Order: sequence, then structure tokens, then C-alpha cells
Amino acid sequence: MFLGLEPGAAVPEADEPERRPGLFRRLAENLSRSRKAMAAQIQAIAFDPADDSVWEELEEALLLADCGVPATVEIIGRLEREATAGGLRTSQELLAAIERIVASLLAGSESRIDLAARPTIVLMVGVNGAGKTTTVGKLAEHARRAGVSVVVGAADTFRAAAGEQLETWAERAGADFVGSTRGQDPAAVAYDAVSAAVARGKGVAIIDTAGRLHTQGGLMDELTKVRRVIATRLAGAPHETLLVVDATTGQNGLQQARLFGAAVPLTGIVLTKLDGTAKGGIAIAIAHELGLPIKLIGVGETLDDLRPFAAAEFAAALFGR
Amino acid sequence: MFATLSDRLAATLGDLRSRGRLTEEDVARAMREIRLALLEADVNFKVVKTFVDTVRGRAVGEGVLTGLNAPQQVIKIVNEELTALMGTGSAKLTFASQPPTVILMAGLQGSGKTTTAAKLAALLMKQGKKPALVACDVYRPAAIDQLKTVGAQVGVPVFERGTAEDPVDIAQWGVRQARSQGRDVVIVDTAGRLHVDEDLMGELVRIRDAISPQNVLLVLDSMTGQDAVNVAETFRERVAFDGIVLTKLDGDARGGAALSVRAVTGIPVKYASVGEKLDQIEEFHPDRMASRILGMGDVLSLIERIEESVDKEQAAELEQRLRTNDFTLEDMLQQLRMLKKIGSITSMLKMIPGLSRQMNNAVVDERALDRVEAIILSMTPAERLRPDILNGTRRARIARGSGTSVQQINALLVQHKQMKKMTRSMVTGSMPRIPGMPGLGSTGASKKRKKKR
Repeated sequence: MFLGLEPGAAVPEADEPERRPGLFRRLAENLSRSRKAMAAQIQAIAFDPADDSVWEELEEALLLADCGVPATVEIIGRLEREATAGGLRTSQELLAAIERIVASLLAGSESRIDLAARPTIVLMVGVNGAGKTTTVGKLAEHARRAGVSVVVGAADTFRAAAGEQLETWAERAGADFVGSTRGQDPAAVAYDAVSAAVARGKGVAIIDTAGRLHTQGGLMDELTKVRRVIATRLAGAPHETLLVVDATTGQNGLQQARLFGAAVPLTGIVLTKLDGTAKGGIAIAIAHELGLPIKLIGVGETLDDLRPFAAAEFAAALFGR
Repeated sequence: MFATLSDRLAATLGDLRSRGRLTEEDVARAMREIRLALLEADVNFKVVKTFVDTVRGRAVGEGVLTGLNAPQQVIKIVNEELTALMGTGSAKLTFASQPPTVILMAGLQGSGKTTTAAKLAALLMKQGKKPALVACDVYRPAAIDQLKTVGAQVGVPVFERGTAEDPVDIAQWGVRQARSQGRDVVIVDTAGRLHVDEDLMGELVRIRDAISPQNVLLVLDSMTGQDAVNVAETFRERVAFDGIVLTKLDGDARGGAALSVRAVTGIPVKYASVGEKLDQIEEFHPDRMASRILGMGDVLSLIERIEESVDKEQAAELEQRLRTNDFTLEDMLQQLRMLKKIGSITSMLKMIPGLSRQMNNAVVDERALDRVEAIILSMTPAERLRPDILNGTRRARIARGSGTSVQQINALLVQHKQMKKMTRSMVTGSMPRIPGMPGLGSTGASKKRKKKR
């Protein structure tokens, strides 16, 4: 469970015996798949620090993963320094170094969503089609499994049927649902959701918002207002403001993070749709420039496919084919 | 942030004049700049490689790198090659000789299929067709409700059979339904699916085989990165799509993915989706994409949008008044409203060459225009015509009425005064004219008239 419950409240593992094997198997499969691919790739490179083509191939892999030019230059630069210092002689050492460097760029990424505050308010933001509503739904279900009661707020009052989509997820997760009518002020919905969580003594309120392109000034102002209203209703809230980024996103993801961050202070990234062939390197570019950690990743359609982020696994997968 | 490719090349090759000729190193540096610019724009790494080789070959072959204006020459080659890659002319849909024409929408999750399906229906309706929509996304919760809602908004029937049936059957039934109801185009919306999802790709193939569409459109998010080519290649192998709809182009993504996909598959982009409103879809102009990718602006689209939005008669009338009268706040309001019709300030600024890159980090206050409008609307007609009567009390009243501050009103009045001065000098012909802008001389006629005088 990736929700950072305080130790005393941690759910005993024996609680869910049927689910655990599945989760582990999937994780293991994924790991071995990316490890195999990575190993093949690295062996193909046959590491010799003096060979320019090795560096070119590394650079190609990073750029093809959408890491972007500045982050790629940074990673390659650090590797070259280690190689010059004599620390990199074998493919294995090269691999380990890459994992270490990516992990250090993604500092803080393995931190969990902290549910210490009661209720904890999580605000989900992002561009259209990134996967916000689905992520809210899955997160609600995970919280329920961890024994935390949930309210979800449908503050996407723009997209047709977004409320219905979220309500279906809420029902599945047995979460309280604070709905809205189309065109309603999203800040009012967020206010109601927070109020409901406070009044009913819930553990967490997760608030979905409408997808918006970061270039739409008016809609970004609306988001600022949603956050302000939440903060006014409950001191210290929202505790998490997560930017949902589609792993297939290219360099525009940086601009998304900059402008969403300017409208509402972000606490982390949720990287969705990692189950395709996209590597999600844009998260590294974002971490490199803005220092935003990746908190969750989405690797598939099922509930168990929303996962905590693991830097080593992610770094390895960058080179998988 | 990077400047435009022109700026970068100018910086790399610009000091050539002082040195006379380029070294091999200079050429390599120039090519590196091109490479970086394209990578920043999300053009696929491999496409970039081939592209840069082509440009290098031409630059060396044509000897432009020894010339004096090497940067401009290189830009010209880059632009020509990009345009050649994107193709020219807009690609049309194929219409069946025996209606209905069937259009199958496909794409990844979240690329914008459902919205695009409704937009396309609205566009076709405007062109005199009678489209219908079929809801085959039985997986995403409430996807059918979404299609029904947007379908109703654009006034197009939506055929759906809930989520319990097989999408292949629904698609087939939907097309039959459309035929029997005399609809001549039927757009089949499908669930978003990953190109590596064997089951769902198989389903898509079955849907296609069952309804034999004349058009299979791949809906592609313009923000997509390097992976776009993998997605497009797989979709092409499986369902042989023959057109692309590029979505979310109203953002600031450079859209290099479009170039990559075109380069790798050769399949043209047919439509571009440029906003959240259901009429914001347009035919795609491949030649204009080149300059967008290079951050060189899109002047053609800007001019087109201005021409579309500005009421010519109104503009002429306003211009006429400007020649005879003073520029009042009432005129300013009218101008402002024309400006607002053209689109958001950000989207306009993006189209201006050279500005787009610098604008990247700037956030324009889109509501500034609304505020000005509110202020003017809170004035009495007399105040709008004669702003000099605006004393402190009046200003305070207007501030209250418009939800602004006296300072903002003062700022507006200063601005108005400046504009008044400017329009006067323009009407007397001492400033260059900008086509299509009211008060800035839109009709060529005014110039002629002035000559006669």
C-alpha cells in the first residue's frame, strides 16, 4: 500500500491474502521484463567508455524516452564524469550508475501520499485526457482497501458525463460521492466535498477537476480559485495537489508542470499510461527542472495497476525496448 | 528556454561575415541547433536524424554555407524540407458512392476521440451532411453518456445500446440504423486503447471488418512525444488508418509528433482540433505546421482568423467614424469586442513569428479585456463619448459598478488617450496599415480615397 499511513494505522498484511500474490506477480513480471530488455540493450552496447558510439546510443535511448535535451545532457554528463573517474568499467556498473543518477534526479519520488491529516485533501489537476478521473477512482479504491474512508468530489463540471464516470468509480470503491451539475462552479463542489469529509469524519477527500490546457488563462484562474476555496474551508488543505501527466507526453509536459505549478502549488506527479511503449521520460525532465517528485504511476487499467513509484525500476525501464 | 531556430542559427552562423567562410565545425554546430530545435518540438529522434542529414546534404551541395547569409539560407532549406515532409494541400475525407459514408475513430485513451467525433459531426453538418454517431466505447465509465451529451449539443442522433453488448455488434447495428434513418455519414466512436493491447486491437480490427469504413481516423494528441511513431505504426499495421486528427492544438505544444507520424507512415493529417468548443475543428494545413514546429509563428492562420471574425461592414463603418469623429470609449469598446471574437490573446500571440518562443513562459491575463469591457459598460453614454467629464466621484462609481479599482479605470483612460492619438495619426496616414484591423485601415479603398484628396 502506497498511502503513507502512520505506522500504528498500517493495515496488517494478512488482511488481504488473496490480493497480494497477484500484485507481486505482476510486479515481478514487469521487473523481469524490463530487466531482461535492459540487460539486452546494455550488452548490445558492450560498454567501453572510450567508445563514442556507446554514448550516442545512451543519448538516443534517453531522448527516445522523452527525457528531453537538458535532462539527457545532465545524465550523460554525470555518467561521463563517473567514467572518467574510473568508476564505470562494466555494463553492470554503467547500469547501476544510471539507476543512481535517475533516482537522484527524482529525489523524493518514492515518498508516499501522507494521510496523517484528517481529513487529507487531495486535489487532482492536469490537461485533458491525462487520466485524472480514472486516477481519482483508483486512488479511492486503494484508500478504502487501506481502511481509510473516502469522499470523492466531482469538480469537473465541464466535460460531458465526467460526473457520471466518477460516480461509477465511487460506487465501486464504496466512497461517498459529492456530485455536481454541469456548468456549476467547481470551487463550490470542492468546498462541499471538503465539508462532507470534515462533517462525516472521513479520512480523505479526493477532488477531481476538469482537464484544461495550461495555456487557458481563465481556466487556470479557476483552478487557483478552487484551491483557495479548499484552503479557506480547511486550514492546511489541500495536502496534496497532484499533476496527472500522460506518459506519452512529449516536451510540452514541462510547460504543463510550469504553468499548473504557477496556478496551484504542486506536490507531485502522477505518471499515467506507462503500460504502453512510452517510457515517461518527461517525468525526469520535470523533476530535473522543477524538482517535482513522481508519487504514483499508472501501468494498466485495473485497480492494482496504480502503483507507488520505484526509481530503480523506472530507470531500468527507460532502456527497455 | 531556446529562442526560435532562426535566432539560434543566427547566433551560430551569424558572425560569419567577420570571418568570411564556414569551417566544418560551424556546419556541425548549425546542424546541432537544428537537431535540438526539432527534438524540443517532439519530432522523433530517428526522423530528426534523417532530416538533419538531408538538410546537411543540401546545404553542402548547394554551397549555401559559404554564402554571406548562411543562416537565412539554412532556415529556408529547413523550412522547405519540413514542408515537403508534411505534404501540401489539405487531405479530404472519402465519401461513399452509396451512403452512408462510414468513419471509424480510433486512438489511445485520452487523445480526444469522443469530443472529436462530435466536432466532426458538427463540421459535416455545416457542410450539408446528415451525420449520426455510434457509441462503441463500452469500457470507460460514462463514455456513452458523454457521446450522447455532446451529440445532443451539436444536434446529431447518437445510436447506442448500452455497455452490455459487443462493440462489433453495436457498430454494425449503428451503421444499419443510420442507413435506415437516412443519415448519410455515420461516425463510429470507439474506446481508447493502447496499441500494445492485443485484445482491444483485435476488437478494433473486427469492428473495422464488420462495417468496412471509407475512413479510419487516428486521433492523435498534439502533445505526444517520441512514442507517437510506435503508436501510429501499430495502428496502421492493424487497422490501416488513412487520416489523422491532431487534437489539443490550441495549447502550446509544437506538435512535432505530427511530423514524425507523417514522415514514418506517410498518412496525412486531415483535421486539427483547436479548442474545447464543439465548433473548434478545422481542416489541417500541413504547410503551416512547419513554422509552428520551428516556433516561427503562423501568420497565415492569424490573418485568416482575423478575416473570419471581423465583420467587414462594421469595420468599415468604424473606420468611417474614426475619420470624421474622435475615437471615443464607445469605439474602443467596439474594437475590443472585435478583438475578442478573434480568439484568446495567447493564441494570437503564439502565431506571431519570433514572439512565440519568448511568450512561452509568459502568462497573459486573458481577463484584461473583460475588465476593460466591464469598465466601459459601467459608464453612462455621456461618459463614453466625453471621458473628460469623469471626475473622482464618477470614477469611484464606475469602479464599484464594474468590480474594478479607480486605478484600473485611470489606466484605461490613459490607454484610451494613447489609442486616440494613434488612431488620429493612422487616419491621417502617417502609420503603416495592418490589414483587417478596424481603425488600422482594413479596406484598401481608404488608401485610395486618401490619395485623391
